[in-house]
Amino acid sequence: MKTMIAIATVTAATLSAGLASAGTLADVQTRGKLNCGVTGGQAGFSAPDANGVWHGMDVDYCRAIAAAVLKDPNAVTFVPTTGQTRFTALASGEVDILARTTTWTFSRDVDLKFSFAGVNYYDGQAFMVPKSLGISSAKDLDGATVCIQTGTTTELNLAEYFRRINIKYEPVPVENNADVQQKFLAGACDVISSDGSDLASTRSSFKNPQDYIILPEIISKEPLGPLVRQGDDQWADIARWTLNALISAEELGVTAENADKDAAEADNPDIGRLLGKDDKLGEMLGLDNEWAKRAVSAVGNYGEIFDRNLGEKTPIALERGLNSLWTKGGLMYGLPLR
Amino acid sequence: MAITSGAQRQAFHLNMLFNDARYRARTIQVIAFCILVLAAGWLIDNTVRNLAALGKDFSFGFLWSTAGYDIAPHSIDYSSASTHARAALVGLLNTLIVAAMACVTATILGVFAGVLRLSNNWIVARLMTVYVESFRNIPALLWIIVVAAMSESMPAPSAFRGEHPQASMLFFDSIAVTNRGIYLPVPDFARSLGQLPAALGSLDVNYVAICALLVLAFLAHRTVLRHAERVQSVSGERPSTWWKSLCIFVLLLFGLLYALGFHFDYPALKGLNFTGGLQLRNAFIALWIGLSVYTGAFIAEIVRSGILAISRGQSEAAHALGLTPARTMRLVILPQALRIIIPPMISQFLNITKNTSLGLAVGYMDLRSTLGGITINQTGRELEGMLLMMLIYVSISLAISGVMNVYNGRARLKER
Repeated sequence: MKTMIAIATVTAATLSAGLASAGTLADVQTRGKLNCGVTGGQAGFSAPDANGVWHGMDVDYCRAIAAAVLKDPNAVTFVPTTGQTRFTALASGEVDILARTTTWTFSRDVDLKFSFAGVNYYDGQAFMVPKSLGISSAKDLDGATVCIQTGTTTELNLAEYFRRINIKYEPVPVENNADVQQKFLAGACDVISSDGSDLASTRSSFKNPQDYIILPEIISKEPLGPLVRQGDDQWADIARWTLNALISAEELGVTAENADKDAAEADNPDIGRLLGKDDKLGEMLGLDNEWAKRAVSAVGNYGEIFDRNLGEKTPIALERGLNSLWTKGGLMYGLPLR
Repeated sequence: MAITSGAQRQAFHLNMLFNDARYRARTIQVIAFCILVLAAGWLIDNTVRNLAALGKDFSFGFLWSTAGYDIAPHSIDYSSASTHARAALVGLLNTLIVAAMACVTATILGVFAGVLRLSNNWIVARLMTVYVESFRNIPALLWIIVVAAMSESMPAPSAFRGEHPQASMLFFDSIAVTNRGIYLPVPDFARSLGQLPAALGSLDVNYVAICALLVLAFLAHRTVLRHAERVQSVSGERPSTWWKSLCIFVLLLFGLLYALGFHFDYPALKGLNFTGGLQLRNAFIALWIGLSVYTGAFIAEIVRSGILAISRGQSEAAHALGLTPARTMRLVILPQALRIIIPPMISQFLNITKNTSLGLAVGYMDLRSTLGGITINQTGRELEGMLLMMLIYVSISLAISGVMNVYNGRARLKER
């Protein structure tokens, strides 16, 4: 009987203990590592090199957060996720932030209960075909076999687009990017459809990139951005304002190289606020005032990150286009830090 | 008497619940039950709290919203404007189709391999041993992927094009084997009877007519057999029946097919792909063949054990009575062996049905890929989707074992 009472007591205690959990910031700082959900390998956004070191736009963003929060850009554990597993990984707390070329949509924001930190790449869905197919427009794709990564906005846009222009196609759903490439190269599908940047990145990894063309039609808007769980506003603020700090740094001409010097010498009050000389923005975030300076010093400003990972000098060679600063005809607009 | 029973009642202490053999078993059961209830309660409580913490509700409303994705193949009407519930139904039908096909081929393969493994021919018996041991000792998923890789290495449709194509169609240009799958000719009717609207789509009246005709022919065939038996019991001589039955089937069927204007619709290269005919997609072939050869190896062992369990005296007695080897197998050995074979076969059919969810690896759009994959992913309803999917798989499995148990009941030894 005593045993039974003991069991009952222990169980009741366990039940009432509940799920008390501190904020994500405290969790990350206690752990000393940031868990960042990324793609399994998409050159230019997140992919490990031969030494296992991760590189890419999204990777640099996570390093910037780690630099701001943990004062160490290398204190990041990159967790590869697929299109299907990414949201579960974030919702379950397996990752603290998801930076995985994820399109900001209404249902993901509202229904899936996530908060997007902003847009770090404005993209649109396109098609890539082998040149030998002799096709120059998506409207000629009647009867084509299309490989798509499943669990993405891609498959929804594709179904909608082809239904609208009344074209029959054969969808081949594939779990991850590597399988899509392998199937496409083997000729098991005529077309692959994905975000334009993804296609450019995929093509750059082919043996003969010049044998493939990206069709001119852009069939959707794909604002890609990092996201966090809804309900932890402090953590969402850190994610949002770190991204803004990187964009503002480009607007203000602060680079990885001159950040330290600017922090000490710059007269521009905007630069002063960004780098923690004036005001105390970092403390309001629950960090210290040099958070943004560390982020920029670690990975550079938005422009530097873009040029290093996707720009003209890389094999992917994407133009800035929509992702130029607003002052240069693009959409990148740093919200005021004050 | 009263004193004795009073003394017994007084003698009861709480510690007797554990120390007294009369009560111990029940005490343990009660405790186990309590633990089970508490564990279930904790799981449910944890789920409810976590859902509340994430601000999510529990609702199956998502099933009636637009799915937005395409599914190939779909055996009932479906487009990206259909609902998630319909997408799940399309997936469920795909699951059932591949499961049924794999059950049939695995059984045929298994019975042949099982019987041949007992063959007196050394090479045949050893070959079957190699088949059984290599296929059942390697995971099903690997076999599925191997078949998928093989079918993907076939020529692309573009190889069939041009003046001097690198690849050509088989069997008088009727079958095309490509890396997108196999295209087969499909029956078509020039004077079609049309479609009937049915519960889940439409019903092809032509096939209904053919089925009705086959039932009719079968009944006629039974009459012929019964007549032969009557003649045999009276005169002792059995009139030959095979040509009469054959005539009934052939004449009726050909007559109807001719009336319907039966012909084949052949696949032809048009645009980027073959059109027309029936396309067996790579994913389907991979899943079907992979599951068949894998499970066939298990069934072969079940069949072999069933046959070996029948005493040798049975076949010797049958031979002594003058039965041919084929009749010995059909009338004496198999009916007895079936009693042993059927129960483990039920498990194999259940395994096949559940293993169809491995189709995910090759992109087969079954229940797991539609409801459990894309729908869950696009709507974020993991809990609801998974529970629903589990419920559906349990229902299918229980239905299969229910049907097989009825069959088992008819085949098993009748004890009176």
